Amino acid sequence: MSGTHAHTVPYVAETHYPAEPAPVSTTGPIAWLRENLFSSWLNAAITLICLAFILWIVPGILDWAVFKSVWHAKSLSECREIIVQTYGEGTTGACWAVIHERLGQLLYGFYPVDQRWRPDVTLLLLITAMIPLLFQTMRPLVVVMAALIGVKILIAAYLAVTENTLGSLFGPTTIVAIVIGGLAYFFGDTHHRTRWLVFTIVFPILAYFLLWGGIILEPIPSSRFGGFLLTMVIGVTGIAGSLPLGILLALGRQSKLPILRLICVTFIEFIRGVPLITLLFVASTLLNYFLPPGTNFDLILRVLIMVTLFASAYMAEVIRGGLAALPKGQYEASDTLGLTYWQGMRLIILPQALKISIPGIVNTFIGLFKDTTLVAVIGLLDPLGLTNPIRSDANWNGIVWELYGFIAFLFFVCCWGMSRYSMYLETRLRAADRR
Amino acid sequence: MANVAHTDPTETTPGPMTVSEEVAIDIVDLNKWYGEFHVLKNINLTVNKGERIVVCGPSGSGKSTLIRCINALEKHQKGSITVDGTQLTSDLKKIDEIRKDVGMVFQHFNLFPHLTILENCTLAPIWVKKMPKREANEVAMRYLTRVKIPEQANKYPGQLSGGQQQRVAIARALCMNPHVMLFDEPTSALDPEMIKEVLDVMVDLAQTGMTMICVTHEMGFARQVANRVVFMDQGQIVESNAPEPFFTNPQHERTQLFLSQILAH
Ligand SMILES: Nc1ncnc2c1ncn2[C@@H]1O[C@H](COP(=O)(O)OP(=O)(O)OP(=O)(O)O)[C@@H](O)[C@H]1O
Ligand SMILES: [Mg+2]
Repeated sequence: MSGTHAHTVPYVAETHYPAEPAPVSTTGPIAWLRENLFSSWLNAAITLICLAFILWIVPGILDWAVFKSVWHAKSLSECREIIVQTYGEGTTGACWAVIHERLGQLLYGFYPVDQRWRPDVTLLLLITAMIPLLFQTMRPLVVVMAALIGVKILIAAYLAVTENTLGSLFGPTTIVAIVIGGLAYFFGDTHHRTRWLVFTIVFPILAYFLLWGGIILEPIPSSRFGGFLLTMVIGVTGIAGSLPLGILLALGRQSKLPILRLICVTFIEFIRGVPLITLLFVASTLLNYFLPPGTNFDLILRVLIMVTLFASAYMAEVIRGGLAALPKGQYEASDTLGLTYWQGMRLIILPQALKISIPGIVNTFIGLFKDTTLVAVIGLLDPLGLTNPIRSDANWNGIVWELYGFIAFLFFVCCWGMSRYSMYLETRLRAADRR
Repeated sequence: MANVAHTDPTETTPGPMTVSEEVAIDIVDLNKWYGEFHVLKNINLTVNKGERIVVCGPSGSGKSTLIRCINALEKHQKGSITVDGTQLTSDLKKIDEIRKDVGMVFQHFNLFPHLTILENCTLAPIWVKKMPKREANEVAMRYLTRVKIPEQANKYPGQLSGGQQQRVAIARALCMNPHVMLFDEPTSALDPEMIKEVLDVMVDLAQTGMTMICVTHEMGFARQVANRVVFMDQGQIVESNAPEPFFTNPQHERTQLFLSQILAH
């Protein structure tokens, strides 16, 4: 009796079928194309339309941004002249010269030029502090530092040929990169992770000292902070502060103590009900009335507090969602085993609740990072705040796309990075516990 | 004290199921309300050390609520519960003390999905008993061997079958070396073929002299290991007897009806 025989009569299998490879036409790139892009007439039509659209729009953009762009010029009119001279009447191209000239300002604001290595080093240390939180080993740090040193050598080589100097090849950043990269290379295994985390805890103090100075470093007043440096200071502090604060608020909102619950709910609802700009205005002007006269409470510090509080209210709600999604049995199992409230939260509940909340948490982070641009409204010179002085400069009057495009690009890289990381993290955690 | 229950897994010789004169759990005039709803009415139950009680009854009769009161997962409003001489009050210290002594196994296992099987078992010994990690691992492996799944130690709960998960849950509770084990319908979420493997482990545990209170409808298990079967209906204990007379000669009409219903299929 064959295996394909209809089972209308009593049947006992007599053959054992060995596994065979899938038919060639169902695997490989051709099959992928057929399945995903040309599976039906409608799908094929959409694919073709999209292709046509890409072919139509991308060359135009590339032409403007790359092939017909100008990097060296003193003013917008000079840019336009160069373009017309080289490519003929009526052509338009990007005038990146403005970015070239103002790059330092866009990145550091009015931080003294000879002190700009300090924010650079702080950024390297920030990366160092983040890697043990984000990854299992320190390998990514080795890669980052190696890449950085590589880039610096390339730049130095370029400068050596064109301008006969080595630039900042032997500056503090290179040294720090080599030291950190080396340490990460030799002590980068998982079992060293706790030691790196100790550094993460110390980092805020270090960063404060490096950025604002004091003791041996020249003190830099907050008023000189600006550009992307300011964005990073506000964004990173807000992110680092809002997560723990949000967790505490979310737990407080679930607490059995009515007073605590009331405080948390009031705080969350109040902060969520008020626009961030209002809070920033409160920080910049009104707060002075409430503080004792004579106290000089740094404006950036006030903004940091407001942004952190604002983000933490949203964070609390995101995390509450994660807490609510956990089955009640997890709380009960943790209770029956005799774990205290905080042990249960730390070891059982939060790891799971935070995992569920990752998309929402990262969403809040990204929102917070972009909201830092609102500080321009109260006169802080973040990249967007700097566009006004630059555009009112007689030389660059009328420049729009290049400036905003560059700022958008900076923000996009950061936000996209966060988004990609969260996807990586979700995959990693999902691989760890398949339910 | 010679016949006091011991729970050391190395001594698994199935000795006689001894019952001590000492009281493990004493429940006196227990009353509980959910809002206006009177779930538990004047419950009186004394469980001696080494005794194995099976609680059964129709759905909604308050079985789960009763055993959840014993380790303070639910608060009671009247009456007293004493576990190993400690009376349960709202004092958090006492609650923690009692929870360390009382293991619980749930219908839906409630393993921690983000931890491996081994970590599930060592978590409480390490954090609650401050046991060194190596020792906790050894203890956990001993109990995992006893519930016959040492080879799954490094998997995650999601990778195990229901029966295996429930056996891990039992091992996890045993790792705290409890004096009393509570089971709330441990097999009712399982497929028939897995029920046996879990019941085998529970029978084995009963033979070591563990004090056990099991809410279950596995009447075969009740006959085999229970000293007493307690039948509950509408929040009160209707009948309580040794298994033989309970099954062959039930006294109360509710018991008779219930038994005829569950023994019919
Ligand atoms: N948190 C609660 N709030 C209000 N009523 C509840 C709550 N938990 C249980 N009850 C009610 O209390 C009664 C007893 O519930 P319990 O879970 O103890 O029953 P049970 O005997 O374990 O039933 P089952 O066999 O279905 O598990 C039920 O009527 C149930 O609806
Ligand atoms: Mg129940």
